[in-house]
Amino acid sequence: MINLNMFLMISSVLFSIGIAGVVMNRHNLVVLLMCVELLLLAVNTNFIVFSRYFQNIDGQIFVFFILTVAAAETAVGLAILMLLYRKRGTIEIDKMDMLKG
Amino acid sequence: MSLLFTKQFPIELVCFYTFSLLLLLSALMVIQSKKPVQSALYLVLAFFASAALWIMAQAEFLGLILILVYVGAVMTLFLFVLMTVPFENLLFKKNHWGYTISGIAIIILFGLIMSKVLMPLRMLDLATAPAIHSVSNTQLIGLQLYTQYIFPFELAGLILLVAIIAAISLGVKYNRQKIVVNPADQIHINAASRLKIIKMAAESKQTSAVEPTHD
Repeated sequence: MINLNMFLMISSVLFSIGIAGVVMNRHNLVVLLMCVELLLLAVNTNFIVFSRYFQNIDGQIFVFFILTVAAAETAVGLAILMLLYRKRGTIEIDKMDMLKG
Repeated sequence: MSLLFTKQFPIELVCFYTFSLLLLLSALMVIQSKKPVQSALYLVLAFFASAALWIMAQAEFLGLILILVYVGAVMTLFLFVLMTVPFENLLFKKNHWGYTISGIAIIILFGLIMSKVLMPLRMLDLATAPAIHSVSNTQLIGLQLYTQYIFPFELAGLILLVAIIAAISLGVKYNRQKIVVNPADQIHINAASRLKIIKMAAESKQTSAVEPTHD
């Protein structure tokens, strides 16, 4: 039967794929935002499975709020990205060195 | 065929492994696909598989919300942005090997950490646990959301409003002359300059349609 550990395995593998995507991708800011979505998906899966395990609905309500804030974050992030593209003509991450960091 | 309907056939396990395999493969394709539009579409597939997993974990409302909000709205937003930016700027250039190696190292490191955490746990069974209550999942979320969590719920609405205003004000090309009507011109408008009423004799339909051709 399905147990808790299987869900935790799946979501931890998904989380590590998301982190690897953030590290590996140096050319495209849009794909970076998609990797952040993958990370949030893994975290939400953990919340839902533990909400099921402890028979407590509060975890699912937390996921509801995470989805809301993530949608707002994506909208503002994409708007900033469009502004950046309009100002600088590129969305490569390696070229964002205006602060000379 | 008859095996499908007996109690021994683990249909739940088969569904679980199918959808989790789909989820992980599409997540891998998101990070290694060459074209950003392809990664966006693989992310849509990952959201569908994840929604199926959530529904299997008895979170039906959130699974459907994931499809509606993420596939219907957020990924559409991503695709609109990908359509707006010229495509040759978005193609992946030659990837540095260092980044790939560090990405694989992070996967291995994280896998080691998570196996250290997860392996000692005994298998915590989900299937024997009873359903949370007799009411449906949606009703349960609604009952909690509108009583105990009413203030965070309204705050979430406020966050969405702020996000709308921020996205629009960042996205608009700032040229006030084109989008704002001059108030000084606006208050001098009267009804006569908007609508002109002319008096003319009534005409029947046939004569008005035929007469110009005779001239």
